[in-house]
Amino acid sequence: MSAGTGGAAGTPAVPVSGATGAAGPGARSGEVLVSVRDLVKYYPIYGGILRRKVGDVKAVDGVSFEVRRGEVYGLVGESGCGKSTLGKTLIRLLEPTSGQASIGGEEIFAKKGNELRRLRRRMQIIFQDPVGSLNPRMPVSDIIGEGLIAQADKENRWGDRKVRDKRVEDYLEAVGLRRDYTRRYPHEFSGGQRQRIGIARALVLDPEFVVCDEPVSALDVSIQSQILNLLLDLRQAFGLTYLFIAHNLSVVQYLSDRVGVMYLGKLVEESDVAELYVRPRHPYTIALLSAVPEPDPRIRKKRLVLKGDVPSPAAPPPGCRFHTRCWLRERLGNPVECETREPLLLDIGAGHRVACHFADQVSDSLVSEVVGRQVGPGPAAGPASGAAAGPTASAAPATGPA
Amino acid sequence: MSLSMAAPDPAADRPANDILLDVRDLRTYFHVMDGTVRAVDGVSFSIRRGQTLGMVGESGCGKSVTALSIMRLLDIPPAEIASGEIIFEGRDLLKLSEDEMREVRGNDIAMIFQEPMTSLNPVFTIGDQIAEAVMLHQGLSRKEAWDKAIESLRAVGINNPERRVKQYPHEMSGGMRQRVMIAMALSCDPKLLIADEPTTALDVTIQAQILELIKEVQDRTGTALLLITHDLGVVAETVHDIAVMYAGRIVERGTVEEVLLSPKHPYTEGLIRSIPSRGMRGQRLNVIKGTVPNPFNMPEGCNFAPRCPYAFEPCWTLDPRIEEADPPDVACWLYTPAPGFPAPKRGAGRVAGELSTGVRS
Repeated sequence: MSAGTGGAAGTPAVPVSGATGAAGPGARSGEVLVSVRDLVKYYPIYGGILRRKVGDVKAVDGVSFEVRRGEVYGLVGESGCGKSTLGKTLIRLLEPTSGQASIGGEEIFAKKGNELRRLRRRMQIIFQDPVGSLNPRMPVSDIIGEGLIAQADKENRWGDRKVRDKRVEDYLEAVGLRRDYTRRYPHEFSGGQRQRIGIARALVLDPEFVVCDEPVSALDVSIQSQILNLLLDLRQAFGLTYLFIAHNLSVVQYLSDRVGVMYLGKLVEESDVAELYVRPRHPYTIALLSAVPEPDPRIRKKRLVLKGDVPSPAAPPPGCRFHTRCWLRERLGNPVECETREPLLLDIGAGHRVACHFADQVSDSLVSEVVGRQVGPGPAAGPASGAAAGPTASAAPATGPA
Repeated sequence: MSLSMAAPDPAADRPANDILLDVRDLRTYFHVMDGTVRAVDGVSFSIRRGQTLGMVGESGCGKSVTALSIMRLLDIPPAEIASGEIIFEGRDLLKLSEDEMREVRGNDIAMIFQEPMTSLNPVFTIGDQIAEAVMLHQGLSRKEAWDKAIESLRAVGINNPERRVKQYPHEMSGGMRQRVMIAMALSCDPKLLIADEPTTALDVTIQAQILELIKEVQDRTGTALLLITHDLGVVAETVHDIAVMYAGRIVERGTVEEVLLSPKHPYTEGLIRSIPSRGMRGQRLNVIKGTVPNPFNMPEGCNFAPRCPYAFEPCWTLDPRIEEADPPDVACWLYTPAPGFPAPKRGAGRVAGELSTGVRS
């Protein structure tokens, strides 16, 4: 719609705060749709001559959170932190090691057979790789229609070819593709179009809850924005709830109502998006935000560079899992607590949860001291990254040729 | 001064004519079954000693092929360097024999690739791999070369390099392997370092480490840097100058400040505006409609015209070239008067145009 005009309104200086604070339409109701308690997913490691189990990769190690109906819950973290495993386990593409989860009050992990099949209609997934996730030997009609066949019953009559084809075409149209693309094969489409097919496949079953597993990270910037707009439109049109998994913090900030940050299989911080990006409290979140390169050359950030690599999830450090790389611990003189006791994810007010023994030591002034952003002198106070190029862009052609 | 906010220009105090690399009208084509792909279609740019240049663009725009052409690492055929000159320190690299080119590669010009896994040889220790280049180019003995390898690993911040040199690539993480790649590239003190998406495969905290390292190394050694990336954030923080590529051409160039704060070319503008950023919640993102043109069927006139919200008469027939642009540095008929066409409406007319209505495709 009127993105440009909206961009203009949003342009006025939003200093450090950035986020508007206006939560999306999703936050209007507080009803919990998906609830996860103590979810654990270990992958066994086999070794030795007898291929006996010698250990576990603790991909997800005790995660609890809730997703409210209609909201976008963003899940961020670096590769290997367990965010994709969490998403896939939640919708039963992987079997959990332990834990409970429910969708709309219906238990997820105990279901079997027909009950599980019916449950799957309520929760779908959009994958990261638009090439690998579409079978190259299937035409679009089969890719999107396969789920319909599996879920067909007397009521929806999806088993009927005509009914099914009509529905496939409707959803192709809904994701911005042409109705007559049904007989084409995946290789005939560009990356962005393939991702649209993946979205249509997820939505054709009319789910309430969609796990978006890095849906735009394989796409170019200009295509990425098309897909993000589409996801927002579809949420509105179909009343969807998203679990949006991504490593790109700007994308998550743009799209999500609430955000959870994962590190080595644990949720370390969770909060409303505006709060998290302005008042992060976990030292890992602060470092993560600080690491994002800023496309506005006027902004000079002090960069907090974490030392070393993420430890192996097969042998996570004792105590707080982040303590081996933690800058705050170093600053506080390496308290023993961090190595011996695992911090719990505690509410520090207004639904902001942090898992750090010393979260109360983190103040706004400390955050700006370690990662302070300075905005240098420039033509306008607005952020150049995106919004500033709104109608003010008239400056560009005017000054350009001079 | 606002310029100081971007990466400092280490080349600023040098004479402007101190040109290290001068690429002139480079055209690299690929002859494949379906026809000819003009991956690089007339690209010219130069890099002074110590200068840092970022080349940005989306996949398929020809930025990597440009780098591979400079290094002469393309398989010919199917590739063909149809025309152009690549003058490095007064010599045309395209005219060198394969033996002479091998002297240049790794020694004068070094390259870091995107995939730190596939660009290291899995069956040799990293010490062997670094030492190979040093022994070849600098004539050191094996012992001296190993010492040099240890030293260069230390220089890129690898702990315990004496132990690390004896390890194989699979024993290291992605960030560590990229450090090894950088150590290897720097081991012969190159005059030009080409980094092709050096952080794309890495996580954001590791990316921060690697970018800091590249900047630090560039500062210390004064090597010129050609950084190829699709990430505008990465260029903004790492280099001083930018060239924006689209469909095999450079469409705009300038300092980081000029290009990112007041983009002139509609493509650059669209690219910057489509980045989700702070303060944009609840608004639709701007998009560049459509997709990159089919390489076998490039549009007539401006390559960007079919996606451009400001396209007017000349854009459909005349091909804007940055070499002939006036003012220079942007290949667009909105700026350069198109021969035989009335001047475009600038300013308000352009802005109220379609871009603000959020073209949806």
